Amino acid sequence: MPLSFDELQQKAQKEWEAFQRAAPSTRILVGTATCGRAAGAQNVVEAFRKALAQEGIHALIHEVGCLGPCYAEPIVDIIKAGHPRITYGNITPEIVPQLVRDYLINDNPRADMALGIHGDGKIDGIPNLFEIPFFKLQMRIALRNSGIIDPINIYHYIANGGYSGLKKALEMTSEQVVAEVQKSGLRGRGGAAFPTGQKWQFLLGAPGPTKYILCNCEEGDPGAFNDKAILESDPHTLLEGMVIAGYATKATNGYVFIRYEHREVIRRTQMAINQMREFGLLGSNILGTSFGFDISIALTGESYVSGEETALMEAIEGKRAMPRPRPPFPAQVGLWRKPSNINNVKTLSYVPEILRRGGEWYAGIGTERSKGTAIVCLSGNINRPGLAEVPMGTSLKSAIEEIGGGAPNGKQIKLLQTGGPLGGIISASQIEVPLDFDAMAGKGAILGSGGIIVADERTCVVELLKILCTFIYEESCGKCFPCRIGTAHILDLVKDITEGRGRPGDTERLLAMGETLTSSLCGHGQLTISPIRSAINYFGDEFKAHIEEKRCPAGVCKALGRQG
Amino acid sequence: MREKVEKVIDSMKGKKPTILSALLAIQEEIGYIPKEAIPEVAGLVGASANEVYGVITFYTHFRLEPPGEHFVEVCWGPSCHVCGGKEVMDAVLEELGLSSDGTTKDKKLTLKRTSCAAACAQGPVISIDHNLRGRMTPEKAREMLARVKSR
Ligand SMILES: Cc1cc2nc3c(=O)[nH]c(=O)nc-3n(C[C@H](O)[C@H](O)[C@H](O)COP(=O)(O)O)c2cc1C
Ligand code: FES
Repeated sequence: MPLSFDELQQKAQKEWEAFQRAAPSTRILVGTATCGRAAGAQNVVEAFRKALAQEGIHALIHEVGCLGPCYAEPIVDIIKAGHPRITYGNITPEIVPQLVRDYLINDNPRADMALGIHGDGKIDGIPNLFEIPFFKLQMRIALRNSGIIDPINIYHYIANGGYSGLKKALEMTSEQVVAEVQKSGLRGRGGAAFPTGQKWQFLLGAPGPTKYILCNCEEGDPGAFNDKAILESDPHTLLEGMVIAGYATKATNGYVFIRYEHREVIRRTQMAINQMREFGLLGSNILGTSFGFDISIALTGESYVSGEETALMEAIEGKRAMPRPRPPFPAQVGLWRKPSNINNVKTLSYVPEILRRGGEWYAGIGTERSKGTAIVCLSGNINRPGLAEVPMGTSLKSAIEEIGGGAPNGKQIKLLQTGGPLGGIISASQIEVPLDFDAMAGKGAILGSGGIIVADERTCVVELLKILCTFIYEESCGKCFPCRIGTAHILDLVKDITEGRGRPGDTERLLAMGETLTSSLCGHGQLTISPIRSAINYFGDEFKAHIEEKRCPAGVCKALGRQG
Repeated sequence: MREKVEKVIDSMKGKKPTILSALLAIQEEIGYIPKEAIPEVAGLVGASANEVYGVITFYTHFRLEPPGEHFVEVCWGPSCHVCGGKEVMDAVLEELGLSSDGTTKDKKLTLKRTSCAAACAQGPVISIDHNLRGRMTPEKAREMLARVKSR
C-alpha cells in the first residue's frame, strides 16, 4: 500500500528540512548536467571524495543539475550546518582540497570563490545569489528547482510543491484541467507556439481507449540545450506535467522522446520514472484515484527531423524518421494510428505550476499574446553564457547585456542567431525587441526553442549562413523533393558566395529557392527560408561585398580578400 | 560476434522492440552494427532485411564497420563555430590525418563531427570516448589527442 499524498508530503518535508540544515552532515552539491560535465564536474566530484577522505570529514555529495550560470561551471554548492547555503563558481579539482580545508575545517567561507548565498542569511562579502546580475531579472518557473534540488530525490521535488498540481488536477474533471491550461494562455515551446490548451482539447475529443501523450526532447537545434537541462535537473517537473496532460486528455500512455546519445538525460529520467511507480504516481490508480497512466522513454537515433512531430511518431514505431502528410493530424491518427498529442519538454514543465497556482496566475506573467516566461540558452561570444528564464516581454537586450554581460573583450556584438538553424539571423541593431513569439517573428528572429547565439564582429554572416545551410542540407530526411534537392542547391550557392564564385542576382536566387521550399512536406524545408531571408535582409551589404566586390569584410572567407 | 548479437537480441525479447530500438541496443553494446545483426533484427521484429537496412542508413550515427579504439567527436555547430570551433576542428583533422569523418589508418581513433553536443555554453566542445570537454583550443585538443594516441 503506497503512502497517501499527505504522508508523502510530510516525509518529503522532513527530508528537505534535513537537507537544508545539513543534517546529518554537510551537503556538497556538484552540478553534473551536460554543461557541468563539459567543464570537468565529474573530476570535481572525485576531488571532493578524495579531499573528504583525506581530511576525515563526513559529508554527503549530491550530483545536481544545471543552475544556469554555465559561465561559472564547474559549480558547487555547500550546505554546512548553521550557515546559509553557498554557491561557488569555477571550482576546479585543484581548488577542492583548499576549499574543503578553508570552509569545512577552518570555517572560512571563501567569499572570493562564491557566487552567492541562498535564503535570508548573511555572510560578509557574499551577495544573495538571486541578486547577482545573472539572476536578477530572472523568474524561474520551469527552472524553479534546477540546480537547487537533487534531481533524483523525489522527496526534494515533492517538498517544493511537486505533485500538488497533479493532486489538484485529479480533483477536477478533464475538461476543467484543459480549461485551466487554456486560461493560462500557455503556447507551445517547441517552435510553432501553438496554444497548448487547444491542442489538448483536440485529444480530449478524440476517441479512446488508447491515446498517447508524447514529450519531445529531441532538441536537435544547435544552440539549444534547455530541454535536456530540465530533464537532467528536475525530471519530475516534466513527468508530472505529462501525467496531468494524460489526465486532461484521457490518454493512457506517455513517451519521453530522447536522442540515444544523451545518456545522463536518459538515466536521470528513467530513475525519476521508477520513483513515480514506486510512489503510486504512475501506473494504475494514480494517487488512489481510478486514473491510470504510464510513461516510458523512447530513444531515437541521430536525425534532426525526428524532432518533427509526425517523424517522431515514425521513430517511436522504429522506422526511418520521415514526416507524415497532414491531415490526418496526430490527434486523429497518431502513434500506432492512435490519437496522440505532442508537446515540448518546456511546455509540459510549466503545467504542474499552472495547475498548482492557477491558470490566471500564469496568464498574469508575460505579454498580451506570449504568456509566462521564455527559457533562453545564451551562447557564443558572450561574457556569461548560460541558461536563463525571464518573463516574456523582457528585451533581448536585457537578456544579452544584463544577464549575459554582453560580448567579451570589448568586442561589438554583430548579430544574433536565434531559434535554431531554421530560425533567424538578425542584426544587433534589433536587440531591443522583446522576447515575445510574435514580436520576435516580426523581426525575423524566431524565438523557437530559445537558443540565442551571440556573434561579434569576427563572424562573417555568409559563412554563418553556410554553417546553417550545411546543417539543413545534411539533416534533410529526403522524403519530399523540394527539401531534398532544394537544400543541396541552396548550400552550393552559399558556398559559391563564400568562395568567390558569387554572381550578381545570387541573393534573389537564394530567396526564390527558399520560397520554393515552402512547399515542402514539413517545417524543415518550409522554414529553410527563415535564416536566409533574415540574413539577407539585415546584412545585404555584406552579401554584396562577397558577390560583387569579392571581398569578405570580416576577413573570414579565405578565398576572398578583406579589402577585395 | 554471433553470440554477442544474440545476447542483445535475447535481452530485447518481450520488451516490444522496434527496428530502431533493437539497432540502438546493438550499437550501444557492440559499437557498430555487424552484418550478422541485420537478419536477427529483422527476425525479432518481423520486418524484412531491407527495412532494417533502411533504418540503419537513415540515422547518421549507425556504423556498419567497427570504430577505432577511441571515439572522438568535434562539434561544428554554430555556437561552437563562433567561438573558434573551426580552428579546433582543423587541428583535430590535421592531428588525425583525416579530411572528414572516419577512422585513422592505425584503427586507433574514429572521428565524428557533431552538429551540437548540447554544451553550447562551453563551446568549442569536443568529446573523447563520450567525455565532453568544453572551452577547447587547438592546442588543448592536440594535447588530449596525443594522450589518447599514446594509451
Ligand atoms: C525539422 C523539425 C524539427 C523539430 N524538432 C523539434 C524538437 O527537437 N523539439 C520540439 O519540441 N519540437 C520540435 N519541432 C516541432 C514539433 O514538430 C512540434 O511542433 C512540437 O514538438 C510541439 O510541441 P509544442 O506544442 O509544445 O510546442 C520540430 C519541427 C521540425 C519541422
Ligand atoms: S553548438 Fe557546439 S555544443 Fe551546441
